[in-house]
Amino acid sequence: MVAFIGKKLLSLLITLFVATVVIFLMIEVVPGDPASFMMGLSGSSEAADALRVELGLNIGPWDRYVGWLTGMLGGDFGTSYTYRIPVSELIGERTLVSLPLTIYALILSTVIAIPVGVISASRRGSMVDTSLMGAAQVGVAIPNFWFAILLVLLFSTTLKWFSAGGFPGWDAGFIDCMKALTLPAISLALPQAAILSRVMRSSVLEVMNEDYIRTARAKGLTKRQALIRHGLRNAMIPVLTILGLQFSFLLAGGIIIESIFSLPGLGRLVFQSIVQRDLIVVKSIVTLLVFAVVMITFIVDLLYAAVDPRLREGNTN
Amino acid sequence: MKKFCLIILMILSTSKMALAVTLNVGLQLEPPNLDPTSGAAAAIDEIVYGNIFEGLVRIDEHGEVVPGLALFWELSNDGRSYIFHLAEGVKFHDGNDFNAEDVRYSFNRARADGSTNAKKYIFAPIVNIDIFDPSTIMITLDQARPDFLFNIGLGDAVIVAEESAASNAFNPVGTGPFKFIKWVRGDRVELIRNEEYWGASPALEGARFKFITDPLSAYTAMKAGDIDTFPNYPAPENLFLFNNDPAYEVVVGLTAGETILSTNNKRSPFNNILVRKAMAHAIDREELIDGAMFGNAAPIGSHFAPSHPDYVDLTGLYPHDLDEARRLMAQAGYPDGFVASLKLPPPIYARRTGELIASQLRQVGIKIEIENMEWAQWIDQVLRNRNFDLTIVSHVEPMDINIYANPNYYFGYDNAEFQQIIADIDVSTDAVNSSRLYKLAQRKIAEDAVNGYLYQLGKYGVWKREVKGMWTNYPIRSNDLRDVYMEGEE
Repeated sequence: MVAFIGKKLLSLLITLFVATVVIFLMIEVVPGDPASFMMGLSGSSEAADALRVELGLNIGPWDRYVGWLTGMLGGDFGTSYTYRIPVSELIGERTLVSLPLTIYALILSTVIAIPVGVISASRRGSMVDTSLMGAAQVGVAIPNFWFAILLVLLFSTTLKWFSAGGFPGWDAGFIDCMKALTLPAISLALPQAAILSRVMRSSVLEVMNEDYIRTARAKGLTKRQALIRHGLRNAMIPVLTILGLQFSFLLAGGIIIESIFSLPGLGRLVFQSIVQRDLIVVKSIVTLLVFAVVMITFIVDLLYAAVDPRLREGNTN
Repeated sequence: MKKFCLIILMILSTSKMALAVTLNVGLQLEPPNLDPTSGAAAAIDEIVYGNIFEGLVRIDEHGEVVPGLALFWELSNDGRSYIFHLAEGVKFHDGNDFNAEDVRYSFNRARADGSTNAKKYIFAPIVNIDIFDPSTIMITLDQARPDFLFNIGLGDAVIVAEESAASNAFNPVGTGPFKFIKWVRGDRVELIRNEEYWGASPALEGARFKFITDPLSAYTAMKAGDIDTFPNYPAPENLFLFNNDPAYEVVVGLTAGETILSTNNKRSPFNNILVRKAMAHAIDREELIDGAMFGNAAPIGSHFAPSHPDYVDLTGLYPHDLDEARRLMAQAGYPDGFVASLKLPPPIYARRTGELIASQLRQVGIKIEIENMEWAQWIDQVLRNRNFDLTIVSHVEPMDINIYANPNYYFGYDNAEFQQIIADIDVSTDAVNSSRLYKLAQRKIAEDAVNGYLYQLGKYGVWKREVKGMWTNYPIRSNDLRDVYMEGEE
């Protein structure tokens, strides 16, 4: 087990290091500079030059890379060019919106998808199965931003149960914040739940044909008991993979939903920083997201090992 | 019975009063920081101007200069020296006293070497700042500059305190009627009424500026009641949805934004005046305004705001006439036209107008290749490196016809006669003469068809019917809330 974790950790570190180099190089070649952007149409080039010096943009790329990397290792991500506050503070604030939203959406999608998948599988071919899987098909097909707009039109502009967007901030209270995140979480969760329930269904169906289930049934367990005691645990492996992927996708991929609901999340921060050429923020967020994805993959790997003992012994066959 | 109704009516109307509420204001763009003296983002002034920060003078809704921190002023006979008499008992929001030293500090900071003030030129003519006493200050210029007073009313010239200047970007401290409370980045900026304000106290208890980027979300936020007022509503295409709703008021005004088809005057074939005239004849402004702005904009024939008293209507100078345009193209040596690129920045007005312009110019043989780009790219390629044929952009600075006197500005208009007109304006102290010169300047660039003059960008205000006192026009980018109130029943 230790060797397994060690190996995974090493590849994690290498991935991260390579990622910082790639990210830095990619950002170096992006045209446009933040100082000119901030000065706009009427600003003099003299003022833009002064600003460039103030922002530390006049030093060479190699020094900037080293400065950035060593800073990050010490937990200092630098100062945002446009906002003029520490990048870590910016990212921190935004993560406090994106992370709860992601978790909220994942919980919703899991809570919907797992029962749906299991019920569909256990009543394979029935009307229930057909209608649930039909609904899931629709769920996969509906674009989440369109669904989000429908939700807003119904629950915000017509019924006025929820506000149409914005985020009060955690100091305004947990309930208010969860309320602000509810419609976005539902919009994000729906397509994910649809995918997940289909994966769950086929996974359960596959497991139910395994020898050990037949053995369990032969011992006298009902189909349901066999599924719960022996089937579910094995059926979860592909579901975990999908969940891991969905988590990383939702964390930064909620940008359209964040725009619709005017949420101050990570996705919008990245987009805005790219537009304003606040490249130090872009670099840091992308690095952080790489880190998050790598960590989630690592955790999912550990969970596999927990679910499937064969992986722990390093015997992947 | 009639009398009874009248009494009821009177009671109802008298019970309407200004409510002490926090106003929710929708803005499309979030500012990068909150310091109006550094950087040029209009989004900064839309929050802080007149609310948090004040200058010696203030520019009001009509674009007029009115007293600010200077209650009155005297101008010397030679027009070079201003003596400003400052308001007394004024405190900055952090409790520090305001006096003449702060004025001197602010102006010296703005004109110092390494200053990041986007409009440093405002302060360039200052030769001397003399403090007579804490509430009297004299500013002496190199020569008479009639625009100086207007210029120091801009957001770039607000008065800041030395103690807080460095942190104004994220914690703005001014003298205005509202104090900054907090900025939830990506979501909103919150202001609260300044109870120690030296002037008349505003009716509002505070204001929440909420950032709503997506035009559709602007609509839903208004309809859901989250937002009380959207001073510059980003989606002209769905304004009619509010017109049909008695709960809202739609007020279409104008900005100081001349939307032009900027033309690279240094590059062939646009350095040929015949080509530029042909293009002017090919442009159909009515079609652009109806098609791109849903009818809500004013046509312009030069680079000047129609709301200004010195405006001359030059839209008839080159009327829409395709035959004449083709004749000029042939005369210029392009009977079969040519290919040109049109680089479009992101705002929706530019993208929509660009598509229409492309089809209009095609009718006289100019084949347009549209290139959509981000602001940063546009600033780099078009504004800085002048690597472009044509572009569409709105010049939102007030009274900016003087950009045509700078031969190094991106459209590259280099005309000694025009430069002389602007130089004369700069030193003209006689209002009648200034007015004549401004008219001359408008006519000169229109005749030379320097750029395609399209329309004055509209300001589309949408607010709840109870909201009163919002600006109709944007002579400068400001949402000054001192006179805004929310009417309601007690």
